[in-house]
Amino acid sequence: MQNNNSLWQFFASVKLALVTLFLIATTSIIGTVIPQKEPFQFYVSQYGPKTAQLFAILDIPDMYNSWWFISLLFLLGFNLVICSVDRFPGVWRQIKADGLQVGADRIRKMSTQKSWRSDAPVSDSVLSIKELLKKHGWQAAEKQTDNETVIFSQKGSWTRTGVYLVHSSILVIFLGAIIGSLGGFKGSVSIPETMSRDKVVLYDSREIVDLGFEIRCNSFAIEFYENGMPKEYTSSLTVLENGTEVLTRDIEVNSPLTYKGITFYQSSYEAYQDFVVTAVNTETGSRKTVVSPFQKQTEWPEENVRFGVINAKVRGQSIVSIKIWFAGENGPPSTMWLDENSLTTLDENNRNYQVRVKQMYATGLQVAKDPGVWWVYIGCGLMLFGLYVAFFMSHRRIWVLVTASDKGSAMVMSGSANKNRPGFENVFDTLASDLERT
Amino acid sequence: MDSSQLLGITTFTFLFASFLYIAALVFRTENMGKAATGFTIIALLILTLGLGLRWIESYQLGIGHAPLTNMYESVVFFAWTIIIFYLGIEWKFKTRTIGAFALPLAFLAMAYASFAPINRGINPLVPALQSNWLLAHVITCFVGYAAFAIAAALGIMYLAKTSFAGKSSVDQSKELLPPLATLEDITHKCMIIGFIWLSAGIITGAIWANSAWGTYWSWDPKETWSLITWFVYAFTLHARYTRGIKGKTIAWLSLVGFIAVIFTYYGVNFLLSGLHSYGSS
Ligand code: HEM
Repeated sequence: MQNNNSLWQFFASVKLALVTLFLIATTSIIGTVIPQKEPFQFYVSQYGPKTAQLFAILDIPDMYNSWWFISLLFLLGFNLVICSVDRFPGVWRQIKADGLQVGADRIRKMSTQKSWRSDAPVSDSVLSIKELLKKHGWQAAEKQTDNETVIFSQKGSWTRTGVYLVHSSILVIFLGAIIGSLGGFKGSVSIPETMSRDKVVLYDSREIVDLGFEIRCNSFAIEFYENGMPKEYTSSLTVLENGTEVLTRDIEVNSPLTYKGITFYQSSYEAYQDFVVTAVNTETGSRKTVVSPFQKQTEWPEENVRFGVINAKVRGQSIVSIKIWFAGENGPPSTMWLDENSLTTLDENNRNYQVRVKQMYATGLQVAKDPGVWWVYIGCGLMLFGLYVAFFMSHRRIWVLVTASDKGSAMVMSGSANKNRPGFENVFDTLASDLERT
Repeated sequence: MDSSQLLGITTFTFLFASFLYIAALVFRTENMGKAATGFTIIALLILTLGLGLRWIESYQLGIGHAPLTNMYESVVFFAWTIIIFYLGIEWKFKTRTIGAFALPLAFLAMAYASFAPINRGINPLVPALQSNWLLAHVITCFVGYAAFAIAAALGIMYLAKTSFAGKSSVDQSKELLPPLATLEDITHKCMIIGFIWLSAGIITGAIWANSAWGTYWSWDPKETWSLITWFVYAFTLHARYTRGIKGKTIAWLSLVGFIAVIFTYYGVNFLLSGLHSYGSS
């Protein structure tokens, strides 16, 4: 669409793209130097009230979401659209162009060229050339005029779209980002072990959002390296719909759980003074999991037993062993040291109980819903593919002009490629010497 | 013999090879150039061995992970990619002059790794770093950085050649360095390769961030600087399509781009704060 309207030309120009790219790159620096998303008071104390006021007017404290920065991104997108609409029809014509329409004069003038003669008559030469081209993967067409025959073959005409794939990939990524910011949310929730939650608090607005289902933290565990560095955080989560369990999974950092488009990421934890005690009657299989505060008695009325945590040993920041007492209806209570979070069998009331005691944690989950993320990923894939096509693939064309001569036929072979000419010339040369030999 | 000794030997072999390349350039002796290439290949093999050994050592410590997880390891890997990339160019374009500029870069990287006050230990990975995306991210980024490093070396050669041209005392440089058109062509090719790999690096980083934190992009300083770098090269690739921007300007842009790379990679860790702070240990 060649349009001479000057406004159109302005938005279609590469100069505007250069200016926009420059502005985005340089203004982006601001937000890496000035801390973002701090409260107003922070800027007052760091930069003085006047500067803080100016920052507030220019949205500097949240510049990547500011009207002017978003406008720059939109300008880039708009520039891309207009530029592509402006140029693509021309590219499409080149893709669709019929090489047989290229005149013999132009074919003879091309710089990549080779000519030879053969004793065979024109029709035989044309046939064998087409056959050999086909053997090399070049599907050829021909056109006959009064005194000569043109054979044409091309490869990769579609690769001319490479740059446009890259450009549209940026628009697809923008689209994904917009979908995500309109239809998604980012929040967090802290769930103490054994408890469940059905709401999360959003980061930016502090708004509370209903999940539409419940999520329960069955347990949380930290593993350490020998040097005391954390090795892994693991939460066992269960999704409940109207009180019934529908899904149970362990999540770790880098391995989240997604349910109904909402994803739960392991992000932090909180340690409590309380303990989680799980006891199982090994004969009947009846079991109980309760939160037992430090040095408080807990009852299990169905089994007529009582228990409690009376002491704990700490190494570093974590509890390694726990002293419990466990009492039946009659008889003295027994006390013993248990390793944290390991199964131990106790004998009480002449019944066997398997007991596990662990420190109680709350798992801190990041909760995100982003319906645009797949658009972003598709855009990213398209970009890498498009870059490969734009930089490493080319549209290659070959013509062979066959003319009758006194003793058989004379051939002129020419070729052109829109990119990587040295590479094409190698291909052309081997092909040409192959054709000449027949 | 442990990995750090091998890496130390590499550092000095790079220094030696740098001198050989420079000498070959100045005295124009073919044999010295061949020796330079030979020593570079030997250094690359030792370095590869050193990295492999470090990988094995991490398994012996019971915390096995690829040697790509802290500043020290990434600088060593950077030197490794620069050399591989450079040797590829030497082979493809049949010229050794670039070596006089590329080898010193690899030497500087190794010297920084060996002597700067940074942690050279093999450390276990905190949970957020335990991801295959980390590997993909680091490898793609550093291949890109290596390509940009070579592009910057070519930019310096281009600028040196244009500024010496005409001054009779150093007129020789006209013949010492490849023709301007060749330099510009290889610079452009390096930037193309770098741009693709940096794009892949940013993308793998975004996917990793999304799997760890639920946001593929959070405008943290390191992310933002990688994007700034990406924009600098996007700008440079488009500059060819407007009149008046070529040759010298492109050479300068290759330097600006590489400064952005260095800042993304190094400056952000020390001058700014953010998610990637692990790199500063
Ligand atoms: C971040 C944004 C952009 C990226 C990543 C990008 C990427 C690319 C790439 C990789 C090429 C191929 C360059 C080459 O062959 O050397 C290219 C070419 C081009 N780009 Fe962009 N581009 C962007 C924005 C824009 C914008 C906003 C415009 C608007 C005018 C634009 C106009 C062009 C034009 C006209 C070409 C040349 C096309 C041709 O070879 O026929 N680009 N772009």
